[in-house]
Amino acid sequence: MYSEVVMDHFKNPRNVGEMKDADGVGEVGNPVCGDMMNIYIKVKDDRIEDIKFLTFGCGAAIAVSSMLTEMAKGKTIEDARKITNKSVAEALEGLPKNKLHCSNLGADALQLAIKDYEDKKAGKVKSPPKAEDKHEHTKGDTCRCPYCDTDLGEAMEFCSNCGKDLGKEIFK
Amino acid sequence: MNTINLDYISANPLLPEVQEAMIEAIKKNHGNPSSPHQLGEQATEVLEQAREKAARLINCASPQELVFTSSGTESINHAIKGIALAKAGKGKHIITSNIEHNAVLKSLRRLMKMDYRVTSVSVNEYGLVNPDDIAKAVTDETILVTIMHGNNEIGTIQPIKEIARITREKDILFHSDAVASVGVMPIDVQYLGVDLLSFSSNQFNGPSGVGGLYIRRGVSPLPLIDGGAQEDGRRAGTENLIGIIGMGVAADIAFREMECRVEHARKLKDRLIRGLKESIEDIIINGHPEFSLPNLVSVSIRYIEGESIVLMLDEKNIAVSTRSACASGALRASHVLLSIGREYADAQGTLVISFGRDTKESDIDRFLDALREAVEFLRNMSPLYKKAKAE
Repeated sequence: MYSEVVMDHFKNPRNVGEMKDADGVGEVGNPVCGDMMNIYIKVKDDRIEDIKFLTFGCGAAIAVSSMLTEMAKGKTIEDARKITNKSVAEALEGLPKNKLHCSNLGADALQLAIKDYEDKKAGKVKSPPKAEDKHEHTKGDTCRCPYCDTDLGEAMEFCSNCGKDLGKEIFK
Repeated sequence: MNTINLDYISANPLLPEVQEAMIEAIKKNHGNPSSPHQLGEQATEVLEQAREKAARLINCASPQELVFTSSGTESINHAIKGIALAKAGKGKHIITSNIEHNAVLKSLRRLMKMDYRVTSVSVNEYGLVNPDDIAKAVTDETILVTIMHGNNEIGTIQPIKEIARITREKDILFHSDAVASVGVMPIDVQYLGVDLLSFSSNQFNGPSGVGGLYIRRGVSPLPLIDGGAQEDGRRAGTENLIGIIGMGVAADIAFREMECRVEHARKLKDRLIRGLKESIEDIIINGHPEFSLPNLVSVSIRYIEGESIVLMLDEKNIAVSTRSACASGALRASHVLLSIGREYADAQGTLVISFGRDTKESDIDRFLDALREAVEFLRNMSPLYKKAKAE
């Protein structure tokens, strides 16, 4: 199911851990959807000097986090901004289609961490930003997942992104 | 290192006796049981011998009450849709529970598109249906109650006999999906009082591609597959004789070994649950502590996700199943776990460990060791775990 690179990063994840004195923190995801990702960055001279992650999620989510931190480490903020879900997925030699949302999650977490760092630098004092609720609940049973960028099927009883119940009854 | 299969509910090995019987059947080139010549008659004889063995496993009053199908799923579809169509003149209301298998769930959803109405009763924290709720849900339009026997995700066994008492009294037909139970524990259709019961050969070391549907004498679901007069006109299509022969042998051995099998499984289950409780903190054992399948344990391991646990165990050559949304193609949490009140995140970290006659105590111990390691590894990188421990 997974490429060798994915399995390597899953089994030997790089840069695991919390960073108490991080300059920027990015948190995305929701356990309902199956993933939660925290990215911590330490910035020096406009360069990501150190980066750590904590992830709750499947093999793909963990591998994405690990690969992402490896790609971002040592990069200038400007270059790190160019890391996209696509480049992470490519570096992992591909992900199964239904796991592509994991790579979107990873790129979002990094961008949020960078934004947090810049906000702090600009003197905006606030708690680490949460991922924006970018998705909408459409009428009826379906719901759009922003990470998969697809309409979820009629079988969904709840939104896999935020957990909103789309009708409590199994039969309705 | 040999692979340890603790995912028996997904696949379990064909018994050597089953393999031999099936290979012999392949070599023998049996005729078509529908043919009137000698080759056909010999095939009929073999077919009916297998039917007797499979019927005895669930204690049918007569082997003719057993119809061979292609799978447990087909049996369930046949029972539910077949009765719904046959009884549409009487009413279009069906009662079920919130924790049924997808074969039941989706059959009913299909019927709802054809103007049938479904009432689904909820279950308690152990996954048990309250028979009173069934009685209360009955209307003049009710034609069928379908409640599973043993749950394939959490193991809970429903009070089938008590429910059957209600359906008999109210003259409603009762189907039970017993796919996870037959061959694993004693099932007696006459004792239970059901009108229809579905099961599958690959749950008891028989081949996949063969299932059974018990249809009590006098009950007539509409056939789903039309064609020839096979299976007394109840299921057309030339019989899967090789598979059915395998099922017959597997059923015969299950019947004879039943007591030992249950005792063996119970011992392993006790050892596993004890080991889990002793070695891993923050876990929830799902299902009823007493009314439960002997060969299955469901455990929610908090703060980590199921697919990643399965992958880590697979590296150690241990196969288990998970009910996490990530591992399911649909990316959604199990309706069974949500129905018994598990939080979404806890449902995500749920493993189903199932075993059988060839599982050894040392397999359970090796699994526990590997699981401990995997849990420590994954919790170490879990933001949920860090947060919980910081509080």
